Amino acid sequence: MTIEQLIWLVPLLPFLGFVINGLGRNSLSKGLVGIIGSGVILASFIISIVIFFSLQGDTQKSHEVFLFDWISAGTLHIPLSFLVDPLSSIMLLIITGIGFLIHLYSTSYMHDDEGLGKFFSYLNLFVFFMLLLVLGSNYIVMFIGWEGVGLCSYLLIGFWYTNTAYASAAKKAFVMNRIGDLGFLLGVFLMFNFFGSVEFSKIFPQAANMLPGNNTLVLITILLFIGACGKSAQLPLFTWLPDAMAGPTPVSALIHAATMVTAGIYMIARSSVLFDLAPLTQHIIAIVGIATALVAAIIALTQTDIKKVLAYSTVSQLGYMFLGLGVGAYTGSFFHVLTHAFFKALLFLGAGSVIHAMHHEQDMRHMGGLRKKLPITFLTMMIGTIAIAGLPPFSGFFSKDEILANAYQYSPILWGVGVLTAFLTSFYMFRMMFLTFSGKYRGTHHAESHVHESPKAMTVPLIILAILAAIGGAINIPHVFGGNEWLAHWLSPVVAQHELDLSHSTEFTLMAVSVLVAIIALFYAYTRYVKGARVPVADEAPRSVLAKLSYNKFYLDEIYDFIITKPLDAFSRFFYRIIDTKFIDGIVNGLGWSTNEASKGVRLLQSGNVGFYIFMMVFGIIALLAYTFYYI
Amino acid sequence: MENLTTQMAGVPLNHYIYLCAIIFTIGVIGVLTRRNAIVIFMSVELMLNAVNLLLTAFSVHSNDPSGQVFVFFIMALAAAEVAVGLAIIVMVYRNTKSIDINVLNRLKW
Repeated sequence: MTIEQLIWLVPLLPFLGFVINGLGRNSLSKGLVGIIGSGVILASFIISIVIFFSLQGDTQKSHEVFLFDWISAGTLHIPLSFLVDPLSSIMLLIITGIGFLIHLYSTSYMHDDEGLGKFFSYLNLFVFFMLLLVLGSNYIVMFIGWEGVGLCSYLLIGFWYTNTAYASAAKKAFVMNRIGDLGFLLGVFLMFNFFGSVEFSKIFPQAANMLPGNNTLVLITILLFIGACGKSAQLPLFTWLPDAMAGPTPVSALIHAATMVTAGIYMIARSSVLFDLAPLTQHIIAIVGIATALVAAIIALTQTDIKKVLAYSTVSQLGYMFLGLGVGAYTGSFFHVLTHAFFKALLFLGAGSVIHAMHHEQDMRHMGGLRKKLPITFLTMMIGTIAIAGLPPFSGFFSKDEILANAYQYSPILWGVGVLTAFLTSFYMFRMMFLTFSGKYRGTHHAESHVHESPKAMTVPLIILAILAAIGGAINIPHVFGGNEWLAHWLSPVVAQHELDLSHSTEFTLMAVSVLVAIIALFYAYTRYVKGARVPVADEAPRSVLAKLSYNKFYLDEIYDFIITKPLDAFSRFFYRIIDTKFIDGIVNGLGWSTNEASKGVRLLQSGNVGFYIFMMVFGIIALLAYTFYYI
Repeated sequence: MENLTTQMAGVPLNHYIYLCAIIFTIGVIGVLTRRNAIVIFMSVELMLNAVNLLLTAFSVHSNDPSGQVFVFFIMALAAAEVAVGLAIIVMVYRNTKSIDINVLNRLKW
């Protein structure tokens, strides 16, 4: 079987799962729903592996698989066709592989929920759209996937829609994503106008012949970047992601950590030819990325909800990836996407396991001392934490250091802020671990007796992800350690490559510094939360200014509320009360009123007397005749 | 037959116009002054046929047979219209026991 024959099955299977689970959500048994939901993803995963290996053994690294003509109007031709190349084949593995583990986990985590069928059909639909996003061979198919994952994200954040706060979190995510999507769409329009096509295979060769710094290219890339900002939760559009934690935890793991939020990075890596020719945009991306990384890390320092900590850490890590994109380390960014998918999915699922054990308690102030009770969860989450903190030899170390080394080459200041963020990352992650797992249990005694390790369907995905998080860095070991940078070679036909021009001793120094700060942060967190047994203070307790800023997320939501929502509300009220009710309604009602008044007199003519009607008719004809004779 | 046609062609167009105008006026006056629905109906037919006659006369005058073809169509339609009209009058009579149109004065605002 060739790639062309197999590829259409990869997105089709999850879609079938969506249809079956969606239609049978009330009639299928819970076990069957879980088997169908996970089974289709597993099948997709197996096909993806087959595709990956046949692509590896193939000399032709890029297959464009044409399925059918979707839109054909004038000069616009949009086929539904898939592009299988090194970049998309790895994305396929991430999406279906991690997707499958999370589906498996969900069969147990969501088992007691009434809407299990609905949940799995949404998850399947999400995987379908995500696959469409990465497989599309033009920006329009990518955009369908892009919007589709946004929709699924909305549906799943608001999965427990009876809770008003959750429903409005879903709305917030949807609306904020729309802002970015508008940028993306405008970028695509501009590209069509400029290149005359939306196909990757037509745009990139044309762009490669252009001069760097071309104004149109800069505009296109900035618009695309705005799209990526919305989807991948960068400043100033990141506030939806922490709120998105309202969804069930597997959703947070799959959509808001491992896959959907990396769509923006995928899109920029895919368009790296364009971005490479727009230095101004790259500069902006690097600055936005590092600012997001820092701000989110500072906010994460004081959060008390276990999922919120992870959410801000996701935003912060996404900031790293954008920093990498901005400094031209496309491979490094994509590497970080890969390792981040492993350890962040692991951490979220671990958090889900803790929440499951604690009977839906998410506040870390009520946890503590869970290490003995949840040994597997503790061990796997510890591996994830070490990986995200960037300690060798776990996966996060390699990917983060590749980005940081590239950032150093671009500008040492960016590197400095990056290392500061790495320090904060290490601190808040270990803080979360210590607060959750060490010390004494802080909840009620009754609740303590109910705490239990999660069932196999939940721990097995944790263990697999922990192994991946531990060894995932092996796929791109840098030359300094005698590795061969397999991922960089693999991606080289697709993604623009930039050789790192640093001496080995500099590279080692950079690594040593970032590892050192991570270890310092680890010990600081240890003394503070294990030795000092500190617990975050209650919500209303007084805080120092900085802690207050961090705890209240720099008041960003309030600021947006003040700058955008409030004026918009005022405008809406003005248009409603003055323009709509007074002006437009006035015209409509006035027309009705005048017709009514005029007809009050005229209707008397309708007397019911037929003779009179006939007379009027004859009179009318004569009048018309007279008019015709005398005036025409 | 040949003879008749030549004789008819000898009648000037003006005479046809006068005749038709007179018949048409009789129809109009009949419609305006009579109250019996059937008489009104007949007057309407009179007007219609006055116009038909005029059309034929013009058709012959300008040597264009399509006018006469039209007249045949109009007559066919008029036959259908008479059927509907008479049916209405029959229904009016059944409901009001009268065919005086002044009885039908309830259809007003």
